[in-house]
Amino acid sequence: MILNNASSEVLRYMDSTEKILFALRALYREAGYAQYRMSKFEEYDLYSKNKDFLISDGVITFTDTDGKLMALKPDVTLSIIKNNKDLPDSVQKLCYDERVYRISKSTGRFREITQAGLECHGKIDAACVGEVLLLAAKSMELLGRNYVLQISHLGILSALVDRISDDAAVRDAILKCVGEKNLHEIDEICKAAGIPPEASASLKRLSAVYGSVSDTLPEIGRLAKEAGVPEAADELAEAVRVFACGAFADKIRLDFSVTANAGYYNGVVFKGFVDGVPESVLSGGQYDRLMRKMGRKSNAVGFAVYVDELSRLSYPAEV
Amino acid sequence: MKTVLNIALPKGRLGEKVYAMFAAAGFPCPSIEENNRKLIFENEAVGVRYFWVKPSDVAIYVEHGAADIGVAGKDILLEYEPEVYELLDLGIGKCRMAVAAPKGFTDSLDRTLRVATKFSRIAQNYYQSIGRDIDIIHLNGSIELAPILGLSDVIVDIVETGTTLRENNLEVVENIVPISARLIANKSGFQFKNAMIEKVLQSLAGRTEICK
Repeated sequence: MILNNASSEVLRYMDSTEKILFALRALYREAGYAQYRMSKFEEYDLYSKNKDFLISDGVITFTDTDGKLMALKPDVTLSIIKNNKDLPDSVQKLCYDERVYRISKSTGRFREITQAGLECHGKIDAACVGEVLLLAAKSMELLGRNYVLQISHLGILSALVDRISDDAAVRDAILKCVGEKNLHEIDEICKAAGIPPEASASLKRLSAVYGSVSDTLPEIGRLAKEAGVPEAADELAEAVRVFACGAFADKIRLDFSVTANAGYYNGVVFKGFVDGVPESVLSGGQYDRLMRKMGRKSNAVGFAVYVDELSRLSYPAEV
Repeated sequence: MKTVLNIALPKGRLGEKVYAMFAAAGFPCPSIEENNRKLIFENEAVGVRYFWVKPSDVAIYVEHGAADIGVAGKDILLEYEPEVYELLDLGIGKCRMAVAAPKGFTDSLDRTLRVATKFSRIAQNYYQSIGRDIDIIHLNGSIELAPILGLSDVIVDIVETGTTLRENNLEVVENIVPISARLIANKSGFQFKNAMIEKVLQSLAGRTEICK
């Protein structure tokens, strides 16, 4: 067959996005993740039920020949959950590279976005989360630039935020500040809500955490214990153990400014940054709560790489 | 190669104050004080590169990574909601976002309130929070003119001393939010120039305390 001998020529004509996509696919397949192919369309109902999970609000819809309202996929994770079997006692490892349709923040219009990623469903233990974190770091590594993987734990963060106020609006405002590393405004919010400043002291200490695993874990452990969730700190410590020995150690930063919707995510959440791209290029976490919302008994963890963002890497990074 | 930190400063009086704070905090750039038309100023020895941009554009430069850090008013951050870290309240450029109306104005709740403003999102969020139905008339300047000419019932704008309002027979009817200058950082730049940004942050935080 011609294709058997064509690898070098084929490679020569691939653009950088295609090369990244195939390199990621190879990485995930080698690690035992099965390729998951899906249809371009999905019933709109799936997205309207889980609107807050989607990154952008809009969905392109059309009516199919049988009268059903369909959507062009704005997201991959929801489709995989919906279409995959719920096997809570085993571990299913799936990877994908797909095109999704979202509203661009800059133009306010729909755009096609290329995403690659993986999902691990079923009986998720610390080893699974560790493996997914390691594959996230390896995904960043193969981009060939300096990178940082920021890791946070929603269990610890939520516990400390919940202690400050039982008013959801106050908690949301405080969580937004944590995401912006905006410690000064946490004081303002508390003052306006009549909360004594010492109530937010532990959360502010957690927000100030930024550094390598070994430098930050002791402080995180103390704060988690204070918040009554020592098991969450243990879970985080267990998951990041994969980085203890190896070349990745200096790329990992524990940083609680990585937040996510606590209605869907729980446990470890993370973001990847590569030098020369102004936004995060990788995003993921554990989302057992989304699984429950969709009636699944399995737990789940996964991430996506925003391949389009990486096309900027060919531009000079310096002014 | 030494890391150079790209810093976007807002053009104008506030920007000059901000530069003075940076210089006093240990990040001076002598060429910036020369009177010339250059746009970019660098001090290689200290590792900083400053550039002046329109105040409302600082957040854009930082969000898109052309600048690693910058100084922007809270009004701009609330209006454009850029994806950046807000690291410090510099405590300068203090003013407030407020609703102003012709003296003696009372809101008749039986019709939609017409609001003229440069800050559509802030106005919308504020009136949504109090459940008042409004129409936004987006203007780019001379907002005070709108209620005088009957273009709007009230305005939402920045109030510093209130002199312009008084001279035009307007008064503040509601304060929305206090405003001041904030140090912001690009989320990716923060990871790769962390030591330098932390150094700037700590030095400026020290200066801010002194000012208070």
